[in-house]
Amino acid sequence: MNPKINLTIDGINVTVEAGTTILDAAKSISIKIPTLCYHPDLCVAGNCRVCVVEQEGVRNLLASCAVPASDGMIIRTNSLKVRTARKAVIELLLSEHNSECTKCYKNGTCELQTLAAEYKITDTTYVNLVPYHHYTIDNFSPSIIKDDSKCIRCQRCVRTCEQLQSVSALSVAYRGEHMKISTFMEKPMYDVVCTNCGQCVNRCPVGALVEKSYIDQVWDAIYDPNKHVVVQTAPAVRIALGEDLGLPHGEIVTGKMVAALKRLGFNAVLDTDFTADLTIMEEGTELLTRLSQALVDKDPNVALPMMTSCSPGWIKFIEHQFPQLLPNLSTCKSPQQMFGALAKTYYPQKRNLDPKNIVSVSIMPCTAKKFEADRPEMRDSGYKDVDYVLTTRELAVMIKQAGLHFDQLPEELFDSIMGQSTGAAVIFGATGGVMEAAIRTAYEIVTGREVPFDNLDIMPVRGMEGVKEASLAIEGALPEWDFLEGATLNVAIAHGLVNANRVMERVASGQCSYHFIEIMACPGGCLGGGGQPIPTNAEIREKRKEAIYREDSGMPLRKSHENPEVAAIYAEFLGKPLGHKSHELLHTHYVDRSEN
Amino acid sequence: MKNKNLKKTDVIFSCCVSGNEKFPILAGAIKKDPDLIIDEIIESGLKGRGGAGFPTGLKWKFAAMNRSLEKYVVCNADEGEPGTFKDREILLKVPEKVFAGMAICGQVIGAKKGYIYLRGEYLFMVPKLYEILDIFHAGITELGYDFHISILQGSGAYVCGEETALIESMEGKRGEARNKPPYPVADGFRNKPTIINNVETFVNVAMIQKYGVAAFKKLGTQDSQGSKVFSVSGDTPNPGVYELELGMKLSDFVDEFGDGDTKAVQVGGASGFCVPRRHFEETIIGFEGIPTGGSMMLFNSSRSMYNVLSNYLDFFADESCGQCTPCRVGCQQLTVGMKAIKNGEKDADYLNDLLKLADAMKITSKCGLGQSVANAFSSIVNNFKEEMIY
Amino acid sequence: MTEESLFIKKLVEKYGKSREALLPILQATVRTYRYLSESAMNEIAAQLDISPAQVYGTATFYTFLDVEKRGKYVIRLCKSIIAEMKGKREIQKAIENTLKIKMGETTPDGLFTLLETNDIGWSDAEPSMLINEMPYTNLTPESVIEIISDLQAR
Repeated sequence: MNPKINLTIDGINVTVEAGTTILDAAKSISIKIPTLCYHPDLCVAGNCRVCVVEQEGVRNLLASCAVPASDGMIIRTNSLKVRTARKAVIELLLSEHNSECTKCYKNGTCELQTLAAEYKITDTTYVNLVPYHHYTIDNFSPSIIKDDSKCIRCQRCVRTCEQLQSVSALSVAYRGEHMKISTFMEKPMYDVVCTNCGQCVNRCPVGALVEKSYIDQVWDAIYDPNKHVVVQTAPAVRIALGEDLGLPHGEIVTGKMVAALKRLGFNAVLDTDFTADLTIMEEGTELLTRLSQALVDKDPNVALPMMTSCSPGWIKFIEHQFPQLLPNLSTCKSPQQMFGALAKTYYPQKRNLDPKNIVSVSIMPCTAKKFEADRPEMRDSGYKDVDYVLTTRELAVMIKQAGLHFDQLPEELFDSIMGQSTGAAVIFGATGGVMEAAIRTAYEIVTGREVPFDNLDIMPVRGMEGVKEASLAIEGALPEWDFLEGATLNVAIAHGLVNANRVMERVASGQCSYHFIEIMACPGGCLGGGGQPIPTNAEIREKRKEAIYREDSGMPLRKSHENPEVAAIYAEFLGKPLGHKSHELLHTHYVDRSEN
Repeated sequence: MKNKNLKKTDVIFSCCVSGNEKFPILAGAIKKDPDLIIDEIIESGLKGRGGAGFPTGLKWKFAAMNRSLEKYVVCNADEGEPGTFKDREILLKVPEKVFAGMAICGQVIGAKKGYIYLRGEYLFMVPKLYEILDIFHAGITELGYDFHISILQGSGAYVCGEETALIESMEGKRGEARNKPPYPVADGFRNKPTIINNVETFVNVAMIQKYGVAAFKKLGTQDSQGSKVFSVSGDTPNPGVYELELGMKLSDFVDEFGDGDTKAVQVGGASGFCVPRRHFEETIIGFEGIPTGGSMMLFNSSRSMYNVLSNYLDFFADESCGQCTPCRVGCQQLTVGMKAIKNGEKDADYLNDLLKLADAMKITSKCGLGQSVANAFSSIVNNFKEEMIY
Repeated sequence: MTEESLFIKKLVEKYGKSREALLPILQATVRTYRYLSESAMNEIAAQLDISPAQVYGTATFYTFLDVEKRGKYVIRLCKSIIAEMKGKREIQKAIENTLKIKMGETTPDGLFTLLETNDIGWSDAEPSMLINEMPYTNLTPESVIEIISDLQAR
């Protein structure tokens, strides 16, 4: 137990634990101090100086986010000295910022704009500095646009890229008036180690880092009478979309989301969950095959542990950082890309449509999915498998553009085919979910029995710990799997690339005995994805996680292999998992990107 | 000295401890109780010679009290303040005294390692410094004492003179100031207790050990004890390095060093204060008046104070680390704002907005760099308003 | 392995792979090559297991750690107010006329680069400049031309 600290803030006595910042102490008594560079997921920077407060008897103001409360402090958060100084700081930020707010993608969701509104900054004291800098916009990446003219140098993106993702594609460069957020040699984001995860986008308080939007292209497709536009929605979208449309964190809005998509004019509203279930069939079989090759055939070249391949940020990360481990990746495409490949093959065949008229759109909690859809490998249908990827945020924008009152929409059901899902697919949206879904199915395939966990909830693989480990003993294996009898399956789960990096370093050095590893690029998994509603923090991610598991327990089907549409597609189209057609459409290969 | 009131001294550069005499100071000090040395330094009233003037003894006491087994001594030789060059002379002429002061510090606080953070502009002196360091290391080994000094180099960044930026730089990073607290005495280099003192401060410590507290206190005034090495430049017939007792009147200084037409003196470099002729008489150079790291730039009446200020502002806009808003943007605004007033694009009233901005920078900036821009800005603008506008 | 990557490997052997080694390695690289090439920064990043962007970000913070190609002799003319007062402009003109380049440029033969820099610590002997690590003080237009021709003759 930390010792207690007593201080006074705006005349109110407050007691906090030692080490608590003035900002948090103020928060505990409902005094809001404005912040910009501060973000609860990141280490303290103390550089924007918006959160300054006055301490009695001290000439200089204190950055309340950075200074710990100390005994006897008398703090004023709203004195004349504070207001005057804070206003000057905001005005300085505005003078350096391209303030063409009405033409900005973040118009209405910009933290600097909000602050300027709160302080009613109506005139410009200072000289507009934007013309003094030679700003360029980097819009080469299919995922992220970087516009330095809007950057306020808070370094949230840099801290995100370094501390949460251990990528450091972005760094602070130069000094003084020339200081900027830069990639290596100021190359386009497309050309460097950026994984397109979008965590920086999720934390940028202004419009300096935003997703590349394809809203207009999607509207064009919807309004084109010759096109049949299918949309798939990822598991994590349905538990977060409501946040951007006035609903509380952690509200499940699956039915309303489907209703909204239908009203927007999509010809078919389908579910990525369907291919999540399909992924489990393919990936589970792949794992069992690799185990069999290793244990029965004693093939020394089998790459184990096998690693999941659903998260495109993770894929690009490993392609850059650990190319020697690429054989360990499952060859399964992500659910989005499996869906895309089927949307232009199986789907038109069943619906009697010409695949060339199909436009395939996906709604994802992710910015890296935009890059993934653009990969040259992702054209196995003979067309671009997924034409446009929208983030959860972009879907919310479209719903607002269409004038829909989201909270008043009825709940509707996904269309068929490729619209059915199970609880196993839903939990793909949370860290540990793919692992849990895979175990539910693989254990049953091997033993013929359900996993030995209450209500199928495999608790050891759930939760927000950065790296989780679990072991599962296999007993009573069916005859064809008797080589697994008595074996213990060791698994690991990591989310956030900094944790992925830790696990990969162990794998690369041969220091672990895992058989299967699930990696998600974003903190919390897809529920904390770079394309999810802003803001994000541990509390919000926790609520989204609870929603996902609530959705899972409420589903009539909880295991991927029980999805009747999955059974149907194998019977009618694919044959069997890892069969010829599956290989052609549902599996892929990876690229060594260590040279850039 | 032609001015009788100015007291020239010769402690810092005196050769009394060169040659064979440099080790007795250390030999004596390492036999002494560290607490006694701290008490002596506190008693002497020695304040840091880099400009900020924190009491040296107190700083050392904090570090000594810390229980950490790993501590560091750092000599700040990142002498980047415009118009300052006295550390250059000290390091060229009496480096042994600097080393001795650092070793005493190591003995007092319990540190085995010392670093000299030498500005990139002074790399030319590195070979010579290492030569003398080798002799020094051999000497302290002979004394049976364990302390090792290394030289780390800067690469052209003024802000690295700020102690936490200096530590960041020592750790291989961008020289961006840290949030304070914690202070380096508790959490410095490699997150260990670290004493960072100016080159001249370490020499003073060595001299106090040699001559005693009383001799030190004989120099200077009640509030500003000891002598100070000044870097004199600008419109003076005798630019150079001079050791003078603290607490002098600026008028006496100008009388000695001016060219007879001195219109203003910038005391303490670009981050210091500009004193116009009419205030020479009442201005005391020392901690009771204007403290200084030693830079004294003289300007005669042929000089445009607008040009002087513009030069300083360009310097700050360039040398700001850029991380905090008030310093990064404020320096740019002051720079372009002054030009706009001069060009008539902004009216003279805008000067008041800029003065307020400078005040805001003083109280909101993260480190000493941004906090001190207002010193030069406000003192020049307030004293030479006409020159700024017309 | 290129000569450059061999050189960096040796530096890493000398200074280690910790982050603290970064500045000494960058400084030594600049001392030899006069600037940090893209390949050098990539190599250093790989050796120290940090990202190239971090190497670039750190290097660009420091005036002397150039990331643009520089000449064999980098002239850094002091631009402090005292230097200005003591005739920096005339020195600059003399250098520009002699080398036929402007401030910020490098001679076509790759021998000289002319740059400005903040106070180099010689306000008692302005105008002054650094050529690589060496200071030159109390410059006159005549003396600076002589210094340059000496270097050209080498």
